Amino acid sequence: MQVTRRQFFKVCAGGLGSSSLAMLGFSPNDALAEVRTFKLERANETRNTCPYCSVGCGILMYSLGDKAKNAKSSIIHIEGDPDHPVNRGTLCPKGAGLLDFVHSPNRLKFPEVREAGSKEWKRISWDDAFTRIAKLMKADRDKNFEAKNKDGATVNRWVTTGFLAASASSNESGYLTHKVVRSLGMLAFDNQARV
Amino acid sequence: MALQSLDIKARSATTTPSPSVRETMEVAKLIDISKCIGCKACQVACMEWNDLRDEVGNNVGVYDNPADLTAKSWTVMRYAEVEVEQNKLEWLIRKDGCMHCADPGCLKACPSPGAIVQYSNGIVDFHQENCIGCGYCITGCPFNVPRISKQDSKAYKCTLCSDRIAVGLEPACVKTCPTGAIVFGAKGDMIHHAEGRVTDLKSRGYTNAGLYDPQGVGGTHVMYVLQHADQPSLYSGLPKDPSISAMVGLWKGVAKPLLSLGIGLTVLAGFFHYIKAGPNEVEEETEK
Amino acid sequence: MASLAPTFGRGAMTNHWVDIKNADLILIMGGNAAEAHPCGFKWVTEAKAHRNAKLIVVDPRFTRSAAVSDYYAPIRAGTDIAFLGGVINYLLSNDKIHHEYVKNYTDFSFLVKDEFKFENGIFSGYDAEKRKYDKATWGYQMGKDGFVVTDPTLKNPRCVYQMMKAHYGRYTPDVVSNICGTPKDDFLKVCEMIAETSKSDKTMTIMYALGWTQHSQGSQMIRTGAMVQLLLGNIGVAGGGMNALRGHSNIQGLTDLGLLSNLLPGYMTLPGDAEQDYKTYIEKRAFKPLRPGQMSYWQNYGKFFVSNMKAWFGDAATAKNNWSYDWLPKLDKGYDLLQVFENMNQGKVNGYLCQGFNPLASAPCKIKVSGSLSKLKYLVIIDPLATETSEFWQNHGEYNDVDPSKIQTEVFRLPSTCFAEEDGSLVSSSRVLQWHWKATEPPGEAKGDPEIMAGIFLKLKEMYKKDGGAFPDPILNLTWKHRQPESPSAEELAKEFSGKALKDVTDPKDKSKVLVKGGEQLNGFAELRDDGSTSCGCWIFSGSWSEKGNLMARRDNSDPFGIGQTLNWAFAWPANRRVLYNRASCDLSGKPYDSKRKLIGWDAAAGKWTGSDIPDIKADSAPVEGINPFIMNPEGVARFFAVDKMAEGPFPEHYEPMESPLANNPMHPDNPKARANPAARVFKGDWETFGNAEKFPYVGTTYRLTEHFHYWTKHVKLNAIMQPEQFVEIGEELAKEKGIKAGDHVRVKSMRGFIIAVAVVTKRLRSLNVTGKKVHTIGIPIHWGFMGVAKNGYITNTLTPFVGDANTQTPEFKAFLVDIEKV
Repeated sequence: MQVTRRQFFKVCAGGLGSSSLAMLGFSPNDALAEVRTFKLERANETRNTCPYCSVGCGILMYSLGDKAKNAKSSIIHIEGDPDHPVNRGTLCPKGAGLLDFVHSPNRLKFPEVREAGSKEWKRISWDDAFTRIAKLMKADRDKNFEAKNKDGATVNRWVTTGFLAASASSNESGYLTHKVVRSLGMLAFDNQARV
Repeated sequence: MALQSLDIKARSATTTPSPSVRETMEVAKLIDISKCIGCKACQVACMEWNDLRDEVGNNVGVYDNPADLTAKSWTVMRYAEVEVEQNKLEWLIRKDGCMHCADPGCLKACPSPGAIVQYSNGIVDFHQENCIGCGYCITGCPFNVPRISKQDSKAYKCTLCSDRIAVGLEPACVKTCPTGAIVFGAKGDMIHHAEGRVTDLKSRGYTNAGLYDPQGVGGTHVMYVLQHADQPSLYSGLPKDPSISAMVGLWKGVAKPLLSLGIGLTVLAGFFHYIKAGPNEVEEETEK
Repeated sequence: MASLAPTFGRGAMTNHWVDIKNADLILIMGGNAAEAHPCGFKWVTEAKAHRNAKLIVVDPRFTRSAAVSDYYAPIRAGTDIAFLGGVINYLLSNDKIHHEYVKNYTDFSFLVKDEFKFENGIFSGYDAEKRKYDKATWGYQMGKDGFVVTDPTLKNPRCVYQMMKAHYGRYTPDVVSNICGTPKDDFLKVCEMIAETSKSDKTMTIMYALGWTQHSQGSQMIRTGAMVQLLLGNIGVAGGGMNALRGHSNIQGLTDLGLLSNLLPGYMTLPGDAEQDYKTYIEKRAFKPLRPGQMSYWQNYGKFFVSNMKAWFGDAATAKNNWSYDWLPKLDKGYDLLQVFENMNQGKVNGYLCQGFNPLASAPCKIKVSGSLSKLKYLVIIDPLATETSEFWQNHGEYNDVDPSKIQTEVFRLPSTCFAEEDGSLVSSSRVLQWHWKATEPPGEAKGDPEIMAGIFLKLKEMYKKDGGAFPDPILNLTWKHRQPESPSAEELAKEFSGKALKDVTDPKDKSKVLVKGGEQLNGFAELRDDGSTSCGCWIFSGSWSEKGNLMARRDNSDPFGIGQTLNWAFAWPANRRVLYNRASCDLSGKPYDSKRKLIGWDAAAGKWTGSDIPDIKADSAPVEGINPFIMNPEGVARFFAVDKMAEGPFPEHYEPMESPLANNPMHPDNPKARANPAARVFKGDWETFGNAEKFPYVGTTYRLTEHFHYWTKHVKLNAIMQPEQFVEIGEELAKEKGIKAGDHVRVKSMRGFIIAVAVVTKRLRSLNVTGKKVHTIGIPIHWGFMGVAKNGYITNTLTPFVGDANTQTPEFKAFLVDIEKV
């Protein structure tokens, strides 16, 4: 910031009224210097792994509330885990900003549907969502499942519905996803290894 | 009350002496520019720890974002593409922010009691509850660091994470730095560390490598290792021999009582503009 | 990964992050670790600080990695094979190779079939019509004993060494400089520095990422790098290796778990249509050793497969029904991302589910992707964030100018949790499975991915049970032993993929000795059986959750040997080994080549291999038994000659990117078939979407910035502040020619569309002299879109071509043609 001459006048004029007392050498008692209180003193600490790149940095998540029944826990700060052998407490600009990922205004909160040709989202219940999705999948699978190929060989595949798996979901979720996808006979299955 | 771990060494606009019996360790942050990858993790960690969120700005044709220090950006990376040797491009990336001078010009210039304090460990901290928003700290700063917030007309800058240091932790920027370009510890240890780095850089062909700990401000508690210590201005206008203008001393002796009496405002404004214009000119020159 | 496995046997980063500190020289090429993996890059700075290591960066751009390098050399995007081929030539012709290593641990002495040929840029067996090779001639000369014929004298002109020498002899420094635009002196300086590490007490590590994979010849670039490392004896040693830096936090894990069209967990593969017989399917994959006495670990394929099927189908998988072999879908072709969008575009796909994946932004050629999605009947998005893909139908002005009323796709958007709201494990690039813990509840009604998959699956199962339908058997019999069926826990799933004994598992040498009791968790894949007595959902992860507990959650970071192995931190696959192929760090007698960086060594007194790492060899096999270090390869050694494992040839050859500023391949100027990768798949209508250098004279290359992660962090305020607005980078020379100043708005266009962004004018992008012609590069960061808290921008993949690597189908994002103008 460059203070121009005109701004400088304003700053001076604005500050003067409130400061005249101090200027005369009086200092209020409460002006004793004190550093800001350390905000993590009683925060709950949970260990996790940064979800971005594959360095797999250890992170410490600090949350508000001691997990008592009536307190809703919320993460207030994230920093690197100094015990982690790879990142040793450091984090890159993405990892250091994870707090705002957790609290992004664009986090999805409710199941929604956009009907064919519509211009908007409509909130629906989880049960409605699962039922409608399963019906669409079943209809497509029952219609297009290929038990045998043209030569009569057993192929048991369903290629008219595809699945793109995540790149940052856990092994546990990936393992379950794979089981489900193959049990349905899906082949149009890929993850983000390529892009 | 003041935390005993961070004893006050100096206090703005205060004539009573500070307690000086206890001796705490003098700390320093060392920024090794030769190791800096300009990732801005320090900027993010600083904002996150201090609960600040600056504006989502614009790209103005460079990597620097936010484009300058603000009341909500207490540290920024400044990127400079230079060719010290013909055809050998260097991308010198400097983390800018408060240098925590041993002889702080901001504190000297501040007219409001207790708005700026210096702890015995070397940290220079702003206490906004006492800040009157006059902006003299900006004028007094040889590095052009403090910024006045448009929101509350108070001055802000890096605290060296005094709240973390008070409980025995390192500053947020230091902890996060992925490459260890920022290190923190006792000032003596930091100087020792810097010596090792300078030796390494010299062995890699940077014959003018050196430590930046300018004595004109009594030395600083934020120091740099520079590949080209002979030309600090290459690093986005880092001043070569920063010092507090003699005018600040004059202000403390003469101008302050004048102002307190409510006269000579215009004179003073011109007076400070003059001080301010000095370093600005130097900056413009070195940026070329 | 389709390049490391054909070379070494496993498709994964060979070493690990901390091990980089043990290197003497680090080559960053095809990647930008300082920006994309800053905390891993730390170990480069540690190597510099503590070993006086040097860092070389070879990149079209002077990146933030280059900013802290000891030596930087520019290169034209897409010409890395020529550069590295030149390095191979330099090493061979200056005799800077690790003789003992290459002789014993690689295929140097193997004889290649006489029918194998390479003529004017094309290998034997090419079908230009199909753009495919018949690889019958790409093999070894086999002896009557069933083993490969070798010539230990290395004099036979058909031995791999001699053939390689001839192949790369063509890549002289002048040729390299002419193709790559790298000044000859820069190239030679890099060669000299690399050659130093052929000494057995010096190592180089290579760090690469998408800068190599995202080319139409990307897999072969990586292979060329791997060949350089083999020549130097830098594989299997501390501070060496091919470090494939994976992009996303668990893309290693999800690939390990086989979430790709053609895979099963643990790099097993699905059968093709022709593989109707179960036994033949297994035999084809259970490779017999190609040299005497070699481990050829895939011989155990049957054990891995049966245990997998037991995990998936439980009691329904029996010896009688071939462990439900027919329940697995069979492949008529690969269904990678590009193939699926091609099918979608042709109206052959009705439904699509995207779990944490944003293809509208991440897939090439946005116009094709958007059009394809519009042809779907239904689309299901499972994501923590509001992605562009979820709103592909919505009009977002200039950034997504579509008419919703004309798009009949039914779109569901299901909110999922993020990392902080779940328990589970992720596999880092170092192959380390690390457990994480939940800290807080998700926002609103968001659910974890396992819950969402369960929700959809259990509905389907209920419907199939009630109403029947097409082939319900695998659906009705899929194991689902969860205490809360609608919410499978991370613990249950982890135990399932790690594996357990269904009956007592006994020692094959002594049947009376029980290794694991029925019902207990297994200790590792050595305990797997092919008789249905074990169950394991991913054999390479076996042992990660044993009777000792959850090894992925271990947090002992002690490093007793001081070389960064931390064996008690979490769990690395396979078998907790940290450096793959570590047997190669020792000479034939089992003595470490470099005692100061010892990974393992043969301890004759103890009768086993010991050291700082878990030996990647049979632990009690004495060196005299002659088991070679590359135990996954039936040869026992690493391959310079990739036999039939690669789509475009056993030796990497330079081909131009599909869109190139040159009309011909300078290596084969008179053969248009050898201009670009002859085996790269191009869909019919896509040839017309490729541009030429007359209309689009500049090389475009896309990349990530350190301030952002993919298309996620534009939703993150802190990162949006750090890099708020879309920009492109151009060199000062081009800027001057075009009258563009820093901060101006520019339009960058390709044959497929345009984007408008702010111009950053920089010295960091140099024009290069290529075949006497000046080539300018335009740098295009990817991170913006029309959703998020950063400034809205155009999707960068509007510009990119719909073509991929011939082996992996990874899109060619790193080299294509564009034009630029001031707006």
